[in-house]
Amino acid sequence: MSLFGFFSRQRTAPVARERLKFLLAHERALDGRSDLAAILQEEILAVIAKHITVDRDKVHVKLDRGSSVSTLEIDIEMPGAPDLKGG
Amino acid sequence: MAKVLVVTSGKGGVGKTTTSAALGAALAQLGQNVVVVDFDVGLRNLDLIMGAERRVVYDLVNVVQGDAKLAQALIRDKRVESLSLLPASQTRDKDALTPEGVERVVGELREKFDWIVCDSPAGIERGATLAMRHADIAVVVTNPEVSSVRDSDRIIGLLDSKTARAEAGDKIEKHLLLTRYDAGRAARGEMLKVDDVLEILAIPLLGIIPDSEEVLRASNLGCPVTLHNPASAPARAYADAARRLMGETIEIVVPIERKGLMSRLFGRSVA
Repeated sequence: MSLFGFFSRQRTAPVARERLKFLLAHERALDGRSDLAAILQEEILAVIAKHITVDRDKVHVKLDRGSSVSTLEIDIEMPGAPDLKGG
Repeated sequence: MAKVLVVTSGKGGVGKTTTSAALGAALAQLGQNVVVVDFDVGLRNLDLIMGAERRVVYDLVNVVQGDAKLAQALIRDKRVESLSLLPASQTRDKDALTPEGVERVVGELREKFDWIVCDSPAGIERGATLAMRHADIAVVVTNPEVSSVRDSDRIIGLLDSKTARAEAGDKIEKHLLLTRYDAGRAARGEMLKVDDVLEILAIPLLGIIPDSEEVLRASNLGCPVTLHNPASAPARAYADAARRLMGETIEIVVPIERKGLMSRLFGRSVA
């Protein structure tokens, strides 16, 4: 096995964690179960869509709950030149 | 008052039957009157894990359909006096269990036992929904692996919507039991950590059962792991989980099984 293979084999769990968090936020929303990240995603998307044309898939909302600090991460990928509506 | 506990998971092969047998036996050893009920009609296995496969005469379907009395179908464990088994039937008829029949049998069991441990079949079909139907408490068995976590999330949704308690506006008590956990692999980032699964599923943790050779050894012999080798890591983890179900506060530790040098080397080389 190459050295690269040895290292790339490590730490696949964080990928699993992120995939699950993203997937379940959507599946819960489809199920009609309240999920804060999914609700925020929809509402933030609606607000942005009033002013800028963005792709649904380019808006990511991530909620991390920790024991002392929780973080809300909002990642919006904008098109090259923002197509501002009505400025 | 009697408590109905469902052991469920959505995904198959994660350790529901092992858990039903181990928790049932551990609760009985704490002096509780316990019955473990196999709801996996057509694919019964709890009898085999409990070592009672040659003693099955009547089963859950016979009792539900009124062909046998409950007392005729119950099998008393030979090792722990206060432990009984109600086996499933091997019939292929998917509709053998009726909601009304199950409700009546669970009602009768509530009068005889302190704990009714319902071993759910995999999936989200009739058998699984009937197993959880009358539960007061649910133990969601999950492996630290993506498909198991996803299916557990789905089952948690069903527990909150399809159970008698949920329909009556009551809450069902839900607990996560993480099984087949390998602390070493989790530390190396090769397996989801306890905290990852807890954060995603957001239900309280009942216990962590280490991945262990003892579980297979106990099933080979038809003995709940908690009775077969009480000193082993999985048996201790199950016994602690049973005490937590009884209301005791016991710190949850990440179990580490002591391995010999050879099994360490061998275990690593095939991992």
